[in-house]
Parts: sequence; structure tokens; C-alpha cells
Amino acid sequence: MSIGTHFSYAVTVFLMVAGLFIVIARGNLIKKLVGLAIFQTSVYLLYIVPGKLIGGTAPILDDRFKLYSNPLPHVLILTAIVVGVATLALGLALAVRIREAYDTIEEDDILARDVDDCGADRQGK
Amino acid sequence: MAIAVVVLARSRNLFAVVVLMGIYSFLMATVLVALDAVDVAMTEASVGAGISTVLLLGALHLCKSEEAKPLRKPWLPLAVSASIVGMLVFGALGLPAFSDPTAPMHTHVVPRYLNDAMRETGVPNVVTAVLASYRGYDTLGETTVVFTAGIGVIALLRRRRNTKQETAK
Repeated sequence: MSIGTHFSYAVTVFLMVAGLFIVIARGNLIKKLVGLAIFQTSVYLLYIVPGKLIGGTAPILDDRFKLYSNPLPHVLILTAIVVGVATLALGLALAVRIREAYDTIEEDDILARDVDDCGADRQGK
Repeated sequence: MAIAVVVLARSRNLFAVVVLMGIYSFLMATVLVALDAVDVAMTEASVGAGISTVLLLGALHLCKSEEAKPLRKPWLPLAVSASIVGMLVFGALGLPAFSDPTAPMHTHVVPRYLNDAMRETGVPNVVTAVLASYRGYDTLGETTVVFTAGIGVIALLRRRRNTKQETAK
């Protein structure tokens, strides 16, 4: 157990936490979605990296090669990429709708507007 | 790649963020080629760097492209992130070393795929064989998810057009 054998995990952890930090700390909805996408790519690395075997080749069968990398995580991550872009599209559509309703995509402004609306409702009653 | 992410987290111009995201996706695709995941790299380059960038630019066209200045210092998110780094590093130390051929993931079901896929499906690309043949229902579910997301996007954006027409009247 040394830094060399676990370096790939360090990269994965850094990207994952950077994505998470953007999601928590930034108020802009589009920026949050970009952070979510970075978090997702770190998960791709988490799956693909342990599947690599040094000296192996891509898992396309041929008589010239004997050692192949693990094909199963590749399949799972292909699914994850496509689902990821679907969720991104849905999130962006929601952001556009929120901008239509509130005229802003900053989380703080939206919350302030909500508080104002609540106060106006109470006074109206 | 790390530099791209750090600049991305700090930049407040959303257009720059989107362009950096495209660069990041291409770098990720290159890393995936180095890790022998050619199919995944191809998908990441076309979907991650292509379609995602187009979608983000489309959304930027409909929204403002400048992020507001944050009101407070992000100390709480930093603390949460740091504690999660600690937990993840602790967990990663228990994982098998890089390229360890005796790791459980290389000994469980994969040898069967690699040895028998050619005889059972006739497809030399094992990734395609597993995706379309062994895990065909999984792929069917995936297309269902994409279909649902497409319907959601259409529903959200059509409502927008209707309200615009009503206000025009």
C-alpha cells in the first residue's frame, strides 16, 4: 500500500469533492449543474480505473492479444454517461423554467423572492 | 484536468465555465483511452464534450451569462468537502491496488465474458456483446430513462411557449 498504487483514487477523490463543492457553494443553478457533471465524471473514473490491467488492451477479442482490460465497468459507464446527459438536459430545462418564473437563476435571489411572496400572502389574508 | 476544475470553480463568467467544461470532457476522454476504455472515451467525447456543451450553451442563451458575487465566504461547504475527503481517502485505502489482477472485479464474472462472448454472441467487441446481449434489459431501461427525460424537457419548454402566447394575447 503506497502512494503509487493508490494515486488514481486520489485523483478520483479530488474531482469528486471539487464537483460536490461547486454544487454546495455556488448559488447559480447552471454552475451547480456543471458541478454535478464533474461529480459524475469522477464516478466514471472510479469505475474505469480499477478495470485497467497494465499490459492489457481494449476488450476487443483478437488472437494476437491475451490480456484484456475489464469490459464490465465500461458497459456500466456507457449507460451512466447517457443517463447523465439526460439528467443534465432535464436540469437545464428546469433552470430555464425557473428563470421564466423568477427572472433569475441565483439561488439566493429565488429564496428572497419566495420569502417576499410568503410575507405578501400573509398580509393579504 | 485538476487545473481546469479549479479555474472552473472560481470563474464567474458562465460562458468560460461552459468552454472549460468542454475542455475537461475532452481531457477525460483522453484519460479513458489511456485506460483502455475506447468505447467509453468515444461516448464521452461525443456526448460529454459535444451534446452537453450544446445544451449548456442553449441554456445560457436563455439565461444571463454572468454569475452573481457570492454573499458569504464558503466556509461551511469547504468544511463539509474536507471532511468528505477524509472519509473517501480512508475508504480508498481499503481498495485493491491499481492494476491488481487478483482484485475481485477481475475474477468474478468477467473471465466468462472474455472467454465465451465470441462463441455465444459472435461479436468480437466484448463491451458491445455485454451491452446488447448479456445486459440487454439494462440498455432497454436506459433508453426508457432517456425517453422520459426527453418528454420532461418537452413538457417544461412547451409550457413556456404557451404562457408566452397568452401574455402576447
